[in-house]
Amino acid sequence: MEYFIELFLGGLTRGSIYALIALGYTMVYGIIQLINFAHGEIYMIGAFTALIVAGILSMLGWNPVAILIIASVIAVVYSASYGWTIEKLAYKPLRQAPRLSALISAIGMSMFLQYYVLLAQTSNFLPFPSLIPDFKFMEPIEHIVRSSEIVIYITTAIVMVFLTFLIKFTRIGKAMRATAQDRDMAMLVGIDVNKVISFTFIIGSATAAIGGVLVASHTGQINYYIGFIAGIKAFVAAVLGGIGSMPGAVLGSLVLGMSESFFTGYISSDYEDVFAFLFLVFTLIFRPSGILGRSDTDKV
Amino acid sequence: MFSFSEIKKSLLISLWFMFLTFPIMVIRVNTIYKTIEWRWDRMIMVGVGSFFLSFLWRFFIGKKETGKKKTDTGEVQQLTWIQRLTENKKIYLPSLVAISVFVVLFPFVFSMYQTNIMTTALIYVVVGLGLNIVVGLAGLLDLGYVAFYAVGAYTYALLNQHFGLGFWTVLPLGAAMGFMFGVILGFPVLRLRGDYLAIVTLGFGEIIRLILENWNAFSSGPSGIANIPRPGLFGLHLSLHQNIIYMYFIMIGLAIFTIFIVGRLQDSRLGRAWIALREDEVACQAMGIDKTRTKLSAFALGATWAGMGGVMFAAKTTFINPASFTIWESIIILCVVVIGGMGSVLGVICGAMVLILLPEYLRAFSEYRMLLFGAILVIMMVFRPEGIISNVRKTYKFEGLKDNNKDNS
Repeated sequence: MEYFIELFLGGLTRGSIYALIALGYTMVYGIIQLINFAHGEIYMIGAFTALIVAGILSMLGWNPVAILIIASVIAVVYSASYGWTIEKLAYKPLRQAPRLSALISAIGMSMFLQYYVLLAQTSNFLPFPSLIPDFKFMEPIEHIVRSSEIVIYITTAIVMVFLTFLIKFTRIGKAMRATAQDRDMAMLVGIDVNKVISFTFIIGSATAAIGGVLVASHTGQINYYIGFIAGIKAFVAAVLGGIGSMPGAVLGSLVLGMSESFFTGYISSDYEDVFAFLFLVFTLIFRPSGILGRSDTDKV
Repeated sequence: MFSFSEIKKSLLISLWFMFLTFPIMVIRVNTIYKTIEWRWDRMIMVGVGSFFLSFLWRFFIGKKETGKKKTDTGEVQQLTWIQRLTENKKIYLPSLVAISVFVVLFPFVFSMYQTNIMTTALIYVVVGLGLNIVVGLAGLLDLGYVAFYAVGAYTYALLNQHFGLGFWTVLPLGAAMGFMFGVILGFPVLRLRGDYLAIVTLGFGEIIRLILENWNAFSSGPSGIANIPRPGLFGLHLSLHQNIIYMYFIMIGLAIFTIFIVGRLQDSRLGRAWIALREDEVACQAMGIDKTRTKLSAFALGATWAGMGGVMFAAKTTFINPASFTIWESIIILCVVVIGGMGSVLGVICGAMVLILLPEYLRAFSEYRMLLFGAILVIMMVFRPEGIISNVRKTYKFEGLKDNNKDNS
């Protein structure tokens, strides 16, 4: 039973991490129907920025909690800036082009950013300082769930609530929903679509950066490649839940995280990624619109 | 062009990029030895570089937009020099002869090393032309193409290891295996739209690689399979040097065969159906084209060439392991197709030559290879989505009709 709970909580952690990345994917996809391949790289850049800031500050002997907060803030700022710049450079000129072109451009961007970090930093795994402190009250259950995992659950929940609020109740959220529904019509009613798209990229990237800092601090090491596989899996999660739908992204992430955790726990850990991909394939075959997505028909 | 406001704009852009690249380019922290390395020279490089590149960027964006306006207003698009070259028989025929002479003499004039590189480039020509069917003609973005390449390579390696089959027996078998896997993997994904298809094929590619890596009993895992024999010539014993030349000519033959078949396919009924499918799926179905069969045939035929290329790859390197078949290999092949020109046979050949030969000769920049590939993909898509040599669709002019009208009036 304890093993089951352990796997369950492990799955919850994975799911929460995927959710933080998947939210950005699903938001961007909802608005411009583009798989932002570079999203995983934004997450990785967030983690690297946090590592650099944390490295400098910990050498100056700061308190870990202060370091965590400052590193997260800087990582969020940088990731958001990267997201904004990438949109301007690689996606905006292609808005009228066929979707295949934008997708190839996104793949190119993802590759560029990976090798940019590889060349500017290193190809080795870098140790990431564990910034999240061990809480006193967690001691009795420390062997099942770590403090960092609790922080991840809470942060994901907060981010989710914040994003839901943002989309549902604010002016910019309304503009985002309008743009997602019909871009031309949104333009006609006076919405600055370019601004809305930029804003979406900024918010999505910021969410990914939060994920990056938390994961890096939880797993304790990062390299230039972490974004790629995490990005793919988050995308799987987003598709699973129904891409374009925010609750769907979270639900899909949790389902994927849990099932991966149970699969590796009970069956085999060698084929963990194979399992995730098979999950994606079967979802797309049997329910292409995802769990909460709505299906739409193609038009000429 | 170099007005004050333009310079101000570029200055702001360069400041922005200096800010953006600051932590990752400039600072390197070593958390174990607790040292910080500051590399300010890089910041200056980024600043100066982005300052000048922003001018270029804006210039080309402007040029692209005026070009678009011209085509919109109905001004006739000029044929590019390469199209004029291929249309003109006086230039076309002698250049073809010159190229064939060059191709035949190549291994005898240049060193073994260069012949070897050329063989690699030719493998990419064949595989790129295969992917060109899938991506360029049928418009299905396949990011797991390397899986079929791996299937071909492992077919040869395993059949040879267990049953001692030779290269020539396995070459058609590898192609058949590629075809079969194309059908098996293609069938479930055909209902998916463009970008879902891309991600699922990527998934399949990774699944095959991960299986090869983990199933030790079958594929001997990450350590791979060594001592794969090179192709034989009627049981004659060839020295290494002769063998490299021999493989070069096999590849030339294979490439010509591929070019011929793909060229014929392009203009066939099936090829036109692919192009129609690429342009508009719904309209194409309304015209009575069987979507499933057309897509599946593109997928499977594309995979066939990958299977063949894989057999050749295994025979050439004599050693394969799953690390040769990562997603990046798929993306390099995709680069060949995209940069050369989607849907254009000549373009893919040029793309393969440029992408494989340039990095080999620019060894000094080899670590920047993938970085440049990424940047080139983006730049190509933004400025020249049709590739180096764009595919020209055949146009038919109804000149006879005009004459009739004249007679009537």
